[in-house]
Amino acid sequence: MTSPTSTLTPAMQAAVGKPGERRTAIVEWGAVVRFAEAIGDGNPAYPDVAPPTFLRSMGRATPDLPDAATVPRVLDGASEWHYGPPVRPGDAIDLTTVLESLREREGRMGPMLIADYVTTYVNQRGETVATQRSTVIRMRRSA
Amino acid sequence: MSGQPYIDDVRVGDDLPVVVKRPTTRQLVQYAGASGDFHEIHYDKDFAVAQGLPGVIIHGALKSAWLAQVATDWMGAAGRLESFSVRYRDMDVPNDTLTCVGKVVEVDGAAGRVRCELTLTNGAGKVTTTGEAVVVLPKR
Repeated sequence: MTSPTSTLTPAMQAAVGKPGERRTAIVEWGAVVRFAEAIGDGNPAYPDVAPPTFLRSMGRATPDLPDAATVPRVLDGASEWHYGPPVRPGDAIDLTTVLESLREREGRMGPMLIADYVTTYVNQRGETVATQRSTVIRMRRSA
Repeated sequence: MSGQPYIDDVRVGDDLPVVVKRPTTRQLVQYAGASGDFHEIHYDKDFAVAQGLPGVIIHGALKSAWLAQVATDWMGAAGRLESFSVRYRDMDVPNDTLTCVGKVVEVDGAAGRVRCELTLTNGAGKVTTTGEAVVVLPKR
């Protein structure tokens, strides 16, 4: 059931549990160098290994959210990573993102739609190098 | 960095070395390019204001990279980051001084595992981002 004021539409609910398109991306040495520079982290381990949050730059192949235009304001809510073996330049990473859940909450700035996405990153040896759950908050346009 | 920490020496309450950042709009553009996150709220002031924001704001994922750095600076080459999480409690803006700190809250000596709480505080003293890292350290 959705009330007239709800941001959560039936089409959105039907998208829960569905994965986006699977994609493969190569970890490029130069991309790791530029990422470490951009975050201002001079750790000597980089770029032979990638910084913990580097994988986010490989894209998320996020499944489309139906009716997304009704809640165009987007903010990051939270992020949670679990790591396996290190990610190194030259790795071929398969990634898939699933819309895990959708819920609604009343916030300071009106109703908020809270979406949890889970992305799984697997390297060329079949090892899961990371999973990331990211929480995205969506809101209507401000009045 | 003050050398490789070993699980034998770590105690609950220990402070991790502080990481201080003073990001500019230039760094936000650099991060947009490096990360592929081209959401306009991070570099287009007119767009950000039209969205009801005070101006351009810092990417959440960039703040998460700084909190992760607190853990990775401390754990050294022989440490391993097992998990890491952040919660964005408030927005941050460029040209502010952001202080990232970490504290050991749990030590599992047998497994070599340490849980640390992480916080990012803005120049006005407000905690805008919190997190947690679980690190595995070597034994002596």
